Amino acid sequence: MNPKKDLLGIEKLTGKEINQYFNLANKFVKVLERPIPIVPSLRGKTILTLFFEPSTRTQISFSVAAKRLSADVINFSQSTSSVSKGETLLDTAKNIEAMKVDGVIVRHSAPGAAKYLAEQLDAFIINAGDGSHEHPTQALLDLMTMRQNFDNFKDLKVLIIGDIAHSRVARSNIFGLKTLDAQVAICAPPTMIPLGINKLGVDVFYNLDDIIGDFDVVMALRIQIERQGAGLFPSVREYRTLYGLTKERVHMMKPKSIIMHPGPANRGVEIDPEVADSDKSVILDQVKNGVAIRMAVLFIHAGGRIE
Amino acid sequence: MASQSGWQYYLSMLEEGLSNILIKGGRVIDPKTKVNDILDILITGNKISKISKKIKKNDAQLINAKGKIVCPGFIDLHCHLRDPGRPDEETIESGGESAIAGGFTTICCMPNTEPAIDNEGIVKYIYKEAANANLCRIFPIGAITKKRQGKEITEFGELVNAGVKGFSDDGDVVADSNVFRHALEYSKRFDVPIFEHPIDKYLAQDGMMNEGLVSTRLGIKGSPAIAEEVIVARDLLLAKFSGARLHLCHISTKGAVELIREAKKKGVKVTCETCPHYFFFNDAVLESFDTNYKVNPPIRSEQDRQAIIEGLRDNTIDCIATDHAPHCQAEKELEFTNAPFGLIGFETALSSIIKELVNKEKFDWIKVLEKLTVNPAKILKEKSGVIKQGAVADLTIFDPKKKWKLTSNAIKSKSKNTPFLNKELIGKNIGVVINGEIKYYTKD
Repeated sequence: MNPKKDLLGIEKLTGKEINQYFNLANKFVKVLERPIPIVPSLRGKTILTLFFEPSTRTQISFSVAAKRLSADVINFSQSTSSVSKGETLLDTAKNIEAMKVDGVIVRHSAPGAAKYLAEQLDAFIINAGDGSHEHPTQALLDLMTMRQNFDNFKDLKVLIIGDIAHSRVARSNIFGLKTLDAQVAICAPPTMIPLGINKLGVDVFYNLDDIIGDFDVVMALRIQIERQGAGLFPSVREYRTLYGLTKERVHMMKPKSIIMHPGPANRGVEIDPEVADSDKSVILDQVKNGVAIRMAVLFIHAGGRIE
Repeated sequence: MASQSGWQYYLSMLEEGLSNILIKGGRVIDPKTKVNDILDILITGNKISKISKKIKKNDAQLINAKGKIVCPGFIDLHCHLRDPGRPDEETIESGGESAIAGGFTTICCMPNTEPAIDNEGIVKYIYKEAANANLCRIFPIGAITKKRQGKEITEFGELVNAGVKGFSDDGDVVADSNVFRHALEYSKRFDVPIFEHPIDKYLAQDGMMNEGLVSTRLGIKGSPAIAEEVIVARDLLLAKFSGARLHLCHISTKGAVELIREAKKKGVKVTCETCPHYFFFNDAVLESFDTNYKVNPPIRSEQDRQAIIEGLRDNTIDCIATDHAPHCQAEKELEFTNAPFGLIGFETALSSIIKELVNKEKFDWIKVLEKLTVNPAKILKEKSGVIKQGAVADLTIFDPKKKWKLTSNAIKSKSKNTPFLNKELIGKNIGVVINGEIKYYTKD
C-alpha cells in the first residue's frame, strides 16, 4: 500500500483503502489484548494532538493509540479559538513546522481546517473532526464495529438518527457506508436534514416509529442542546418523545440489530440510560475499537514497520 | 482646407490648441448605436471628434488598435474601495489603478466604508481623493440609512446634491420593509436608483456558501438561494407599489432571475446586475476550501449558473458589475469559517466575460458590451457609454485573444484575493481613454 500523506476524510477513500485500515486494526485489537499491549512500531516518532475544540475522549483515544505504538505524544488543547487570541491557524502551522513533529492530529471548528494544515505542513495530518465536515476515524471505528456484528456491508441497513446537518460523524459514516454499498437512511426533524442529502443515496424519514423496525444498525447522534435556541427543535422533551431511543422503541427493533452512539451521549435525551447499557448497545465496543483503528491510522500514515 | 466652410475652418483652428489622439484600425463596437466595424477614431480635447474608415492626422498621439476592440469605457456599478476606513486593503487611488487596468473608466463605490458614506462630508472626501488620484471617474453610492443601520433614511437631498448616484446599504439588506418602502418612495423626489443587497439575513444566517448538495457534503454552513429570492420578491412588490427605481445587486439565483423576468414583463421599474463569478463558477469550486471563493451572495449551483447566463442572454440581467471586494492577505488566509467574504474583480472581469460568455456561450459583442457600457450608463443617467461624434471620449481598447496569467505582483489592487491568481486567462484590456486622456496603455 502506498498511503496518502494525510487522512482528511472518508469521502475520497476507496473501499479497498477502508478495508486496509480494518485489517490492520483487527491485528491491533489482538495487541491490545496482550498483558503488555505495546508495540515499538512508531518508536522515535513525535505526534502532536492539536485540539481547538474540547473533546476529552477523542484526544485520549488518539494519545493512547500513539503510546501503544511507542510514539512520543504531545497533547495540546485550547478550547477557545486561537484566532481570538490573535494567533491564526497558519501561525500555529508554521510553529509546528519549525518544531519538526512527524504527525499532527487536529480538531478544529472550521470545516477544511485539517486540509488547510495538510497543505501547509510536511507532517502527516489526521483529521479528528473539522467543524461539521468530517470525522474520519470515528466513522472507521463505527464501520469496524458494524462489521464485527454483521458479515458484510452489502444489504446492511443502517439508520442514523439526529442532527445530520451539523454532524461530522453522520457525514463520514454516510460516505463510508455508501462506498461499502450499505443501505443508509436518516431520521430526524426536517429542520435537521441537510439540503440535497438524498442525492448521496440516503433515504430520508421523519417518523422514527414507522421505520425503526427495518434496520440492522441504529445509530443515535448526540443532540446539541444549544440548537434548541436556533429553532431546530422546540424542546429537549419533544425531541426525546419523537426521536429518543427509548425502551419502547428498542422493542420495535429487529432481533439481531445493534445500537450505536458516537458519544458522549445525553443519557435520557437521544438515548435512555437502560438502552445505552442494554445488550443491543455496542457503545463500549466502539470505544475499544477506537483505539485499535487509530493505531492503524497512525501506523499507516506514519509509515510504521510491521514487526 | 479649401473645401471646408468658414466656420468649420474656424473650428479646426480652435482645435489646433487641443491634444489629439488617433485610435487606428480597431474594431469599433458601440452597443448603443450598434456600430460594429473597423474604424478610426479621432479624439480632440475631451471629445470624440471623428469616426471614419481612414483618418489621417499627423500630430495626433497614435494608438494602434489593429486586432483590438474599441468600445465605450466600462462602467462598474458596484465596487468596494474601502476608503475611508481600510487603506491597508484598498484606497481610492489603488482601486482606481486596478479599475483602469481592467478597462473600467467609471466605477461606483459602495458606502460600506468606515465611516459609511451617509453624509456630505464623506462624499466630498471621495470626490477629492478621486480628483487627486486623477484616474477613472469614481461615483459614490450613498447609504440608504444612517450608519447603514437600517433604521432611519439618510439625507438623500444633501447626498444627491453632493454627487451620489444612487443609494444602497450594500453588505446589508434593508431588513425592515417599512424603511425600504420609505427609501423607495423618498427616492422618487430625486429620480435616483435604490441599490438593494437582496439577502434575507434571517434565512442566510451565518451561511458561508450556497446551501445545497455541496455544502451538505463539505459540512460548511449554507446560505440558501431562497434567502435571495425572498428579498427580491419583496423588493419587486415594493418597487411596483412605489413606482420608484429599484436596482437589484449581484443576482445569483435561478429563482431571482425568474422573479425579475416576470416583474419586467409587468412593467416594474427594475434593473439588476450579476457578477462574473456567478456565471463563471459553480459551488463545486468550494471543495478546495479556498477562501477566495467565499463571497456573498455565495457562488451557487450549476443550475443557478445556467440561469444567470440565460438571464444575461434575454436581457433580464442588465449589467455585469464586479463587486470588487478587496481583503488583506492576513484575513483571507484564515480558516474558511473566519475569512471574510469577497474577491477582487476589476482586473479579471473582462477575461471571465470573454472566456465564458463570448467564447463558450457565443454571446455577440454588442450584447456583452452593453452590459458594461450603455446599460449601466442609463442607470446612472450618465451620457458616457457611447461612441459617437461629439460624445465625451471615455473608451476602452482590449485584445480579445490575448492569453495571459495574472500574477500577484502584477495586480494593481492592494489586495490579492482572487481565485484567478496564476490561472490562464484570455482577453486583456490594453488601454483606456477617459475624458480625452490616455489613462492606461500597455503594449503587452
